[in-house]
Amino acid sequence: MAESTLRGTGIGRGIAVGAVLRMPDPLPEPEETPSTLTPDAEKERARASLAATAAVIRHRGERAGGSAKDVLEAQAFMAEDPTLIDDVGVRIDGGATAERAVFEAFASFRDLLVSMGGYMGERATDLDDVSQRVVAHLRGVPAPGVPDPDEPFVLVARDLAPADTALLDLDKVLALVTSDGGPTSHTAILAREKSIVAIVGVTDALSLADGTEVVVDAGTGTVTVSPNDEERATAIARAAELKAARRSATGPGRLADGTPIPLLANLGSADGAADALEKGAEGVGLFRTEFLFLDAASAPSVEEQKAQYLRLLEAFAGKKVVVRALDAGADKPLSFLNDAPEENPALGLRGLRALRANEPILRDQLTALAQADAESDAEVWVMAPMVSTVEETRYFTALAREVGLKTAGVMVEVPSSALLADRILADADFASIGTNDLTQYTLAADRLLGSVASFQDPWHPAVLKLVGEVGAAGHATGKPVGICGEAAADPLLAVVLVGLGATTLSMSPSALADVRAELARFTLDDARRFADLALSADSAVEARAAVTAAATAAATS
Amino acid sequence: MAERTVEMASTHGLHARPATIFTQAVAKAGVPVQISKAGGKPVNAASILGVISLGIEKGDALTLVSEADSADTVLDELVALLSKNLDAE
Repeated sequence: MAESTLRGTGIGRGIAVGAVLRMPDPLPEPEETPSTLTPDAEKERARASLAATAAVIRHRGERAGGSAKDVLEAQAFMAEDPTLIDDVGVRIDGGATAERAVFEAFASFRDLLVSMGGYMGERATDLDDVSQRVVAHLRGVPAPGVPDPDEPFVLVARDLAPADTALLDLDKVLALVTSDGGPTSHTAILAREKSIVAIVGVTDALSLADGTEVVVDAGTGTVTVSPNDEERATAIARAAELKAARRSATGPGRLADGTPIPLLANLGSADGAADALEKGAEGVGLFRTEFLFLDAASAPSVEEQKAQYLRLLEAFAGKKVVVRALDAGADKPLSFLNDAPEENPALGLRGLRALRANEPILRDQLTALAQADAESDAEVWVMAPMVSTVEETRYFTALAREVGLKTAGVMVEVPSSALLADRILADADFASIGTNDLTQYTLAADRLLGSVASFQDPWHPAVLKLVGEVGAAGHATGKPVGICGEAAADPLLAVVLVGLGATTLSMSPSALADVRAELARFTLDDARRFADLALSADSAVEARAAVTAAATAAATS
Repeated sequence: MAERTVEMASTHGLHARPATIFTQAVAKAGVPVQISKAGGKPVNAASILGVISLGIEKGDALTLVSEADSADTVLDELVALLSKNLDAE
């Protein structure tokens, strides 16, 4: 049998062996043959299928819950939409079959959305998905969608939309392989969140036929088609090894040479505390406080805030908890902080800038934190979001110390702060690098815009160079430098970040085990060598490839 | 006939999630309501695709019209909804 290897971008370091199952191809376009039924009969068919599809989608949304529920609920409304149903009716009156009328009506709205571009254009996929489902229902064929076989499988797809993954039975998915999408695509984020073996951007992935056995090695970004006995056995052994490493990697985060790298959790409310502790979080590296404010028309009182902070601090008694002051603006607008329309909200009055313009809100928050700190055994650190100057740093730390907080630092998310990190750390007690925003600002690519998603890659040497500036400043001043962003959850990148001078890593709790296991494989010298390799690369793709190759060599030597 | 004008408050305008919340509220109210941007063509306010197709941005002046009797309360509620930042909820 012809043996071949396909390449793409691996997410994480997992490896899996299994049989391919492809996402079904889209249905062929309904033909333009005239209807043999009366218009009323066709309209009734269309009405029934639209209603049935809406009900199915809504049911899936309820089963999926969370953010998928909102997406699916919006899709259900599209299927029930009165404007769309009118449009279908007009096309049927013109002699079309229900299938063709539904197809054309959805397509015309889709084109409209695409022509609007940007955020709206990205909703076009949702309409396509609904259209396919309705046409499938009219034809009495299964709706295209996620396969649900009895045996575990390797899912191969062009890319996966939230609607596809909402009902995916993750226990049966051995690995994900997609032909499209990059390291920040929905597929990649899902894979990282759920620790699924995944390779994205595999150009020839769609040439894989159902049932083909493959080895999916995310560590090297390769898909081995029809492996021989030796390749299969090696892969199975490696998967078992990784599983064992994950299970045995317990306790505090540390490198192979014993250098401690505390592993902390990113939390959005006190509710996740127990789960984070169970997964081995040594503290909280980023406590987002927006949840206290998002539903409010005005800021909550000092007393209300204090009670919420105490809930979290009590769960982490004796441990470090880094609390970020309210970070509103851009993707998280709060009307009582900033109500002025802005052309470029990411470059506007947000983060510390918005707090400073509303100092009583900031003062109340810091006061509530100081009071909670005084009543708990946790070690409370506070930091300001989106700081871009030394002067802002001084403003924030002075205010925090004035209300009695002992440890005040800043988030480094803007290139100006990274470049002047030595001066910022002369005043601040610590720095925490927000890699998502730092990448957005360094590469001038809106985080929320899919059309520029390929720029949003924290492996980019320009981003890493800025991280290195902060790391060097931390080393020179003897102050801690943490990472709290998607980047810290990528196990190999986490090692690079340590090589660049990060002293702690904070991430969503589900990523802790993999990062802990990866750190334990390498020494500080390895990490520094990987960092140099990444810094000297020309692109994010090259940096990842160079470090992956060096890591594989280091691990086998 | 009742008519109101209101300025769109949500940060990203009347798009996916805010549009869902708004059209659901119209559908639940059970009276026909038309929505239009200043100088634009009115669409069925219960239609998520119709509403999305208007491309409403934050700050746009919107007109709500209902031919139904006693639609004043409904329109007042819808105006209140559009005046809130639905993205922040």
